[in-house]
Amino acid sequence: MSGGARALRIAAWVLVGSAAVVTCAAELPIPRSALKQGSEFAGAEVRAMQADEFSNPGMLWVTRGERLWAEPAGRDGKSCASCHRDAAASMKDVATRYPQVDKAAGQLVNIAGRVNLCRERHQHAQAFPLESEPLLALTAYVTYQSRGLPMNVKIDGEAATHFERARERYYRRMGQMNLSCAQCHERNWGRTLFNETVSQGHGTGWPGYRLEWQNFGSLQRRLRACYSGLRAEMPEYDSRELVELELFLAWRETGLPIEAPGVRR
Amino acid sequence: MALARIQVPKEAKRGELVTVRVAIQHPMETGFRYDNMGRPIPKNVINTVVCRYNGEEVFRAEMGSGISANPYLQFYVVAADSGELAFDWIDDAGERGSERVALTVVA
Repeated sequence: MSGGARALRIAAWVLVGSAAVVTCAAELPIPRSALKQGSEFAGAEVRAMQADEFSNPGMLWVTRGERLWAEPAGRDGKSCASCHRDAAASMKDVATRYPQVDKAAGQLVNIAGRVNLCRERHQHAQAFPLESEPLLALTAYVTYQSRGLPMNVKIDGEAATHFERARERYYRRMGQMNLSCAQCHERNWGRTLFNETVSQGHGTGWPGYRLEWQNFGSLQRRLRACYSGLRAEMPEYDSRELVELELFLAWRETGLPIEAPGVRR
Repeated sequence: MALARIQVPKEAKRGELVTVRVAIQHPMETGFRYDNMGRPIPKNVINTVVCRYNGEEVFRAEMGSGISANPYLQFYVVAADSGELAFDWIDDAGERGSERVALTVVA
């Protein structure tokens, strides 16, 4: 064998090897074919309530969001619709790409964060308080425009450090229960915890309506409930920790269609 | 700000039974809860919902603290004439809400 041919062969192996490494790093913890929506772990009545767009109580927030979309606010009396026009066209599939890094703010933002940035920068209005009714409503309305579309967030580039931090946190034990997210939602999903079936822990149904709360809430509120269950210190709303965790969850559920507004027990 | 979603078919045949669905956004405070400071949260529920079909009352619900938040109601009316279904409700705090939807009756 000539030296040139051997060099080529080695180069080919190196290429194959690096390709394998790349695939490995991007491999989802739960393979795409095994991904299950949060609603699939709920009872038949809850699933029916979510599927019927009228009986789904979350649609009240979507409807409110639709009204707010056209409502002028701030110094120049601009509404969301003044720039973005018809949300059904302009906001379609937007939620599949969030959280993402906002270059100007230099931080990772979710949809609610984006709504508030838009209010401050373009409407010159005050940001909505976190977890407030109008913020939930607009977030629900925007997310609803991507219903049925598969999640597809970016985890490279500027998002990479956020992603790595969240991944590390996802597998780290915490709280008095000394459990990590993965111990329930990766190793034991489908099994029973108290009277509940442990889900895979996807965020595609959020913001959503939780019957236990008798109210509508964000994914962050639901995550905080998990922290509380672990007897761990709850991060503040919109803290870096929670938004990064949202990014990790969004990546974990890549390919899974958005089903917000979800209905959960 | 009172908000409700109402669903009736746009068109119905005369004499047809029409399904009316109503969802109203409301916390339906039971009066049994306490806030973070330990103060009781006063009871505040939508106590009455009335539906009038072309001015005539066709449905009335009197609700109490046993009804969940964001109540959902479903009932039936017989399509008589084209016109309007008017919904009015009031809660314990005296806040009123109303909504109107059109119903077209074809022969």
